[in-house]
Amino acid sequence: MKQLLSFIRKEFYHILRDRTTMMILLLMPIIQIILFGFALSTEVKDTQVAVLAPANDDASQRIIDKINASEYFNVVAKIHKTDEIRTIFRDAKAKLVIVFEDNFAEKLRHNGKAHILLIADATDPNAATSFTFYASNIIASYQQELMGENKNPYQITPEVKMLYNPQMLSAFSFVPGVLGMIMILICAMMTSIAIVREKEMGTMEILLVSPMKPIYTILSKITPYFVLSCVNFATIMLLSVFVLKVPIAGSFLSLVVVSLLYIFVSLALGLLVSTLTDSQQAAMLISGMGLMIPVMLLSGMIFPTENMPVALQYLSNIIPAKWYISAVRAIMIKGLGITSVLKEVGVLSFMGLVLVTISLKKFKVRLE
Amino acid sequence: MNNTIQHNPNKVIIAENLTKRFGRFTAVDNISFEVEKGEIFGFLGANGAGKTTAMRMLCGLSIPTGGKGLVAGYDIGSQTELVKKSIGYMSQKFSLYDDLKVWENIELFGGIYGLKDKEIKTKTDDLMKVLNFEEERDKLVGSLPLGFKQKLAFSVSIFHNPKLVFLDEPTGGVDPITRRQFWELIYDATSRGITVFVTTHYMDEAEYCNRVSIMVDGKIEALDSPKNLKSQFNAKSMDEVFQQLARKSTRKAD
Repeated sequence: MKQLLSFIRKEFYHILRDRTTMMILLLMPIIQIILFGFALSTEVKDTQVAVLAPANDDASQRIIDKINASEYFNVVAKIHKTDEIRTIFRDAKAKLVIVFEDNFAEKLRHNGKAHILLIADATDPNAATSFTFYASNIIASYQQELMGENKNPYQITPEVKMLYNPQMLSAFSFVPGVLGMIMILICAMMTSIAIVREKEMGTMEILLVSPMKPIYTILSKITPYFVLSCVNFATIMLLSVFVLKVPIAGSFLSLVVVSLLYIFVSLALGLLVSTLTDSQQAAMLISGMGLMIPVMLLSGMIFPTENMPVALQYLSNIIPAKWYISAVRAIMIKGLGITSVLKEVGVLSFMGLVLVTISLKKFKVRLE
Repeated sequence: MNNTIQHNPNKVIIAENLTKRFGRFTAVDNISFEVEKGEIFGFLGANGAGKTTAMRMLCGLSIPTGGKGLVAGYDIGSQTELVKKSIGYMSQKFSLYDDLKVWENIELFGGIYGLKDKEIKTKTDDLMKVLNFEEERDKLVGSLPLGFKQKLAFSVSIFHNPKLVFLDEPTGGVDPITRRQFWELIYDATSRGITVFVTTHYMDEAEYCNRVSIMVDGKIEALDSPKNLKSQFNAKSMDEVFQQLARKSTRKAD
């Protein structure tokens, strides 16, 4: 019994003296509960809506007002021509465009029947399903009101059209997500563990005493994982095109450029993790828990970031995968060129530069 | 004060008032000593006495806060790259890769020190013969007994023919017979003109050194041949000398 107790005490000493691991052990459950609690909701609030109402009559206006009044939607634009729909989606001004047919109110009054077309940006199928469903419900409730007033059978038929991803294939959304995930896994986690292993084994000291330049040590550590990531990228591309039948709608070259940039950011992240810690377990925990879970939950890979609490939305902005996944969605699925993802490219480049600068500085300090 | 030390080809290490401070803590306090070419220099001290810090400065891993040092004729403050090229280093932790084969380890370190492929190959063949390792050549280092590994690690640390090799507690955890064999390798290296700078906790090993320095609380308290030190402290063994000096320490071992 005494032996057991002293052993338990010893284990506590280990944990208490290893601050990093302790912090992870203490903070991780909290972070996870928060993330799972909030991020799992598939409700989409404040979806941006554009409206095309050629007749501009009272019936369509009342529906627009109802939609705008709902917490799920914000009407952000009124357009006048069908050509503008494409621009709206391309510039990501709205996720949903509501199109009323010509002479909407008149048709409703005379024929008792009218049509509304809901065009959704379905690159994120989960979100698209949710918000088109809400919109249909709001339209249906207006129809109920109308029937209550006039005791006449009215019928408004909302038709749903999913843009970019007509079959609502979830593969369309998870391919970019998996890409974002694998790169982080390979580049950040494995790189950091590989570097930390050297420290743990004592071989890092030998490398530092040798005339090998520290930058070479870093580069030689990074190279295999860089190659591995490129192979992974190729495999995922081949699988998605030939097995999942997700075509690369945009330019393959832009996709490669964005992916290389993301690999660079991930490697820099791995390097940073390796400078922060001295043990493989800590490196694994930091990259596993600190990088992978946020990537899964906050990058928009599974759950749309739009429906998260504002604080988490801000947090999601510092996750490189979010920008990468958004860029890949734009290029691969929407078929846009590199010019339409300049913001993502800019953010990723900035992140990469900052991370590399910090980790190289830190790595040098380590030599002292 | 004269800022430069005159280089003397017969002195492999010249340390003058070498000091390293971390914040308000002085790890190495104004030490001065010289190491002659071809000698085995024992660097002794209790844990926390500042041995490792001093050695790290001499290896070019740590920039001195004060004082000057020349290693193999190069300044340890400003010519660290040249210092690193001229030295070998073997740490107390096992310093080869367990998941690489014997010859792969040799090839790796030969490559790091810029040896040519052909040179590496012939030298590896010779080394395998000398160590009687020919059967182990293709084995993973991790599968070898500790004694084998230590001998191999030492051989690898002098594979590039450095002027000077630093051995940081090289024989920790090794049985007496292997330790004996290990010291034979050290003598063999000195006969080829390699200077050996060794730290150890085994006082019998201190007796094998040509000269020994003993560090207490960041200062060198004694420096002479084992024979002279014993007579100076009126002691029968190096252990007694060490005990007398170490007792003066006010610093806590870490």
